[in-house]
Amino acid sequence: MMARPLAAGPATRRRRVATITWRVLTYVALVLIMAPAAWLLISVVAHAAPHWRWSVLWTTLTPSGGGLRNQILGTLILMLGVFIIAGTIGVLAGLHLAELARPRRRSGKASGGPLRTASDILAGFPSIVLGYVGYVALVVGLHWGFSLLAALIILSIMVIPYIAKTTENSLRQVPTGYREGAEALGMSMGYGLRKVILKSALPGIVTGLLLALAIACGETAPLIYTAGFAPTLPHSLTHAQFPYLTYVVFQYYNAPETQYHYLAFDAALILVVIVLLLLVSTRFIVARTQRNAEGARGPRRKRRWRRPSLDLADLPR
Amino acid sequence: MTAVGGVAGSLPATPHTESVGKPPLPKRAAGFVRRNEDRAWRGVAWVAVVLPLAALVFAVTVLAVKAWPALRVNGWYFLYGRNWTYGNGYGAVVHTDGVAHPQGAQFGAWAILWGTLVSSVIAIVIALPLSIGAAFALTERLPGWISRPLGFAVEILAGIPSVVIGLWGILTLGPWLARNVYPIIADHAPNVPVLRYFRNPVGTGEGLLSASIVLALMIVPIITSTTRDLFQQVPPLPKEGGSALGMTDWEVANKVTLPWVRSGIIGATVLGLGRALGETIAIAMIGGAALRIPINIYQPFTTVAATILTQLDGALADGTGFAVATLAELALVLAVISVGVNLVARLIISRTSRVAAPVGGA
Repeated sequence: MMARPLAAGPATRRRRVATITWRVLTYVALVLIMAPAAWLLISVVAHAAPHWRWSVLWTTLTPSGGGLRNQILGTLILMLGVFIIAGTIGVLAGLHLAELARPRRRSGKASGGPLRTASDILAGFPSIVLGYVGYVALVVGLHWGFSLLAALIILSIMVIPYIAKTTENSLRQVPTGYREGAEALGMSMGYGLRKVILKSALPGIVTGLLLALAIACGETAPLIYTAGFAPTLPHSLTHAQFPYLTYVVFQYYNAPETQYHYLAFDAALILVVIVLLLLVSTRFIVARTQRNAEGARGPRRKRRWRRPSLDLADLPR
Repeated sequence: MTAVGGVAGSLPATPHTESVGKPPLPKRAAGFVRRNEDRAWRGVAWVAVVLPLAALVFAVTVLAVKAWPALRVNGWYFLYGRNWTYGNGYGAVVHTDGVAHPQGAQFGAWAILWGTLVSSVIAIVIALPLSIGAAFALTERLPGWISRPLGFAVEILAGIPSVVIGLWGILTLGPWLARNVYPIIADHAPNVPVLRYFRNPVGTGEGLLSASIVLALMIVPIITSTTRDLFQQVPPLPKEGGSALGMTDWEVANKVTLPWVRSGIIGATVLGLGRALGETIAIAMIGGAALRIPINIYQPFTTVAATILTQLDGALADGTGFAVATLAELALVLAVISVGVNLVARLIISRTSRVAAPVGGA
């Protein structure tokens, strides 16, 4: 190529054509991804909008239609439960992997060997398999029946590896200087962890938690196997089927009665709104952290630049 | 609390005079709290990290115990057999190897496994080039004010519940494809191997290709976001060097950027494959739930995950419990495939990130 004359020969033309083709193809690829995504969102709104009644939000499900109050509350309760159970366990597990178990200095390998592998394997379990396990072991095996407790446990097991991973990643991004500073001030390990390290890793941890919640509220298959479905909210943790939104979408869109179709469309719209709210709030958290981190130190786009952030790739489903 | 401890720690040479000078009790109490706070953190975190391990052991045990009768009776036929029948539920109960099952029950899951693998592979074939192209446009071509919102749109796509994507697929995308796109492909597909499967009839939009397209849309965010992050990690100097040599941006992409991040993209793709293999609800809605290998790419099919979901009611009708055990065997097979794929992906990615990790940092 270097030896070729500078005049525009066939090689140059081929290169120009290849380059322009490549540029066009990348834009086409972008459009082919964005167009269905936009179409999807528009279609969800377009299906729900013509028959939208605000009373869907506060009336209950009846044989002739009604509203989705209990299903919305049920989904929110599931999210809250997952937040408490999986949030606690996942964050602590990530803390252990990042801070407490560290044979790294000696072997040079990542810490927490078998425990991390267990977490990775669990993350690879498809949600339907976990749902089936929940059905066999909790619903039938422990005679809990379809119930909130079984659903919460299975959903939590599903998202714990993800929360642990995001927690671990954001703890690892805390500068070593912070740890050394805490130690130099004479803080004990636990105190420094609480006051310095966890505090500066908090935005990343919360982002992971919110994404996990977004996944938990959109999950269907394991819930069908563990929560069953009911039109009303039960009064007990076990032995009572539990309402949630995704079931309405899955079962009602082809129900014989048209008013149920509308409920399915409404439920889909409400789910999308919940997920959007969660994602937008993660965005805000990330933006705020970046602004705060900017003046003080180091890389501007911290979260993006450090390592291949597997945030989306690791999402359970 | 800490101030006391800090002062004491900073004067290790004269600890006794120090403790005489200050009231000893608070210090001892502080020390007690500190020691136990450490211990509490360690204890609680250890419990938390062992719980996933326990859950894993529990899940595998449950699956294995539940699937054991089915594993013994179905044998290898499960993997290659094409006949899936629950047998005569009202007839005599037969015992094979001491396992009770209805007469005539035969479970060959080849069609189901075939559907799972083929739909996932088609989804990857569609999603991979789109994701790489889009990631390239987002990082290298478009200005920040436009690529950042689009990147957020990709994240939204990742968060949309699969049941909502399934609803859109069955009500909007599938019928549209069957009306406007499939007939064009089907009318022009020649009668040669492979392309033969693209010929008529195109059906209603419920089937293998529609499901694969929806799957592709669900794994695009994974591959796009990972590829975008990888592209951003390629140091600017090699790319600028390429440009300085007179390479066009296609040549820089092809000869510098892509080789630099190739194994990372492979890892992300395998991760996407794992996601596609386990996807349940969207396939159950769009796939058509037919327990056979479709005659062409437009016809209904099923996957392992969708079968586990849709066949439970049918399986529960089997009084001997053998059908439920067979579903457990399906779940076990799916778990093994999916976990294997996932671990391979993580292996590839962790190796890449060690090589490509940026030097220094805060």
